Amino acid sequence: MTSMTDGADEAVSRFNATRRAAERVRRRQTLLFGGLFALAFAASVHVGEVRPDRLVEGIGGLFNYIDRTLPKATGDGLIADAREWYWGLGRWLLMLFDTVVIAFLATTIGAAIGFALCFAASRNLVQSGLIVFTSRRLLEIARAVPELVYALIFVFAFGIGPLAGVLAIAIHTIGALGKLFSEVNENIDTKPIEGIRAVGGNWFQVVRYGVVPQVLPNFVSYSLLRFEINVRSAAIIGFVGAGGIGQELYLVIRQFIYADISALVILIVLTVSAIDLVCERLRHRLIGQESLR
Amino acid sequence: MSDATHAPSGQPIDPRTAYPQVFAVPPLQRLRNRGIIVAIAAALAFALWWTGFFDLERLVTGASKLGWLLQFMFPPAHNGWLGEFSLALAETLAMAFFGTLLAFVIAVPVGFLGAKNVIPNWLFHFSLRRTLDGIRGIDTLIWALIFVNVVGLGPFAGILAIAVADVGVLSKLFAEAIENVDRRQIEGVRATGAGRVQTMRFGILPQVLPVILSNTLYFFESNTRSATILGVVGAGGIGQQLSDRIRVNNWDEVMFIVLMILATVYVIDIISRNLRVRIIGRQDPRP
Repeated sequence: MTSMTDGADEAVSRFNATRRAAERVRRRQTLLFGGLFALAFAASVHVGEVRPDRLVEGIGGLFNYIDRTLPKATGDGLIADAREWYWGLGRWLLMLFDTVVIAFLATTIGAAIGFALCFAASRNLVQSGLIVFTSRRLLEIARAVPELVYALIFVFAFGIGPLAGVLAIAIHTIGALGKLFSEVNENIDTKPIEGIRAVGGNWFQVVRYGVVPQVLPNFVSYSLLRFEINVRSAAIIGFVGAGGIGQELYLVIRQFIYADISALVILIVLTVSAIDLVCERLRHRLIGQESLR
Repeated sequence: MSDATHAPSGQPIDPRTAYPQVFAVPPLQRLRNRGIIVAIAAALAFALWWTGFFDLERLVTGASKLGWLLQFMFPPAHNGWLGEFSLALAETLAMAFFGTLLAFVIAVPVGFLGAKNVIPNWLFHFSLRRTLDGIRGIDTLIWALIFVNVVGLGPFAGILAIAVADVGVLSKLFAEAIENVDRRQIEGVRATGAGRVQTMRFGILPQVLPVILSNTLYFFESNTRSATILGVVGAGGIGQQLSDRIRVNNWDEVMFIVLMILATVYVIDIISRNLRVRIIGRQDPRP
């Protein structure tokens, strides 16, 4: 009888010891991460010039600012007010068109070059580790530098205008899509590849008949997604003079032309959402067709 | 032996030559396919012309200028500005950190309010979601430009820009995560007699916390990238230094700053990925 309680006591004390050890580890980790977090918090408050009064001022100032950008009713009727608000509609629509053209061209160029590079960056298609490594690093460099930095440099080289914007967004797109494309390539079914190899196909034939038919719907879907992202980028790339509606937006915000700010921002948001909707439809149709096969 | 698939000799027939009408693309569809290709090619040609790609002279001068400044970029050098650059990078990180934190603090309650299963009023749900959509439609850089007007030049404008832009996205992600929670745990907590707040705390929060935290970390990563360019419009950080150096033609310093940015972003990615793995295990929240 006593031996049984001894065993139970031993088990209980062993459990307690394990539990205490686990709690100690946990407490130490909480303390460590909590300390690191507090340190980062204090540093960011100091370096970021954050003060509670400024926080209140900033949030209040934003609402004040938004209020000022909204058009005022003048009593001339709704249509006259709207016409007054959107006085530059024709010009702005042309700039929006510019923006969409920049995004379209940059996406197409980026997708085409990304397509050309992605097969060399896929580990299952290329034997040579050197080729895979080099093409991956190339894609990484293209993707890692922000579009706006490319745009600044290209505006310097090619002058102000949409040409610089197209090149900047295209380079970033090459990197982003090339990486996604190569990941799609690495997840394909290998049987068609082996089939083409077995009948004597060379590398290009393997890619053309074994890989491309499998990955094309995914590639198109990713490119459409990228087009949506690029429309947003094209709308702000004008801040540094690289074309599109951003140039006008930069001007009116900098010169405090309040009514124009809200008019332009609403136009941009509407365009971006409309393009998102259309692209989403197209993507769903593509993926839907794929799953029916 | 002769049927639909075999010749009298027993040889299999190539179905494509035997039944061409089955494999032919219907004329209407063929017309459509060709139409799509022609339309895309025409749009591409127009876009190239519209944006000035047919202006060969400009392309050539631009390319030669680009080659010229690439030469000046190497070797990258800081020319004694290393201290300033490091401080600007620290500012960038502070903007990303505090901006994400602020967005997180605001987005958690907003996400709860925006979830259909927490507040089942469609009008409230609809208007809150559309407001968030509107905020999301405006880019961080536009917010930065606006906040430079509101609070003045400096990193604080960048912090507010990141926070506001991210509230739109994070609230939506959080609300969706909350809408997708398992109902049984909520019912279990409710069955013990818990009130509304207690149900949220013990029924919903433990389920969504990993999703919320890992998404926030993901946004910290991406905000580190976007914070590097906010300085271009005067909202603090390394972008200010970068655009100044480009303006005055100091290309070796430009390259140095770009390399510094790349290294920082790389390190932040690694740290944040490790933290994410600790929080939610090995899977990534995004494809």
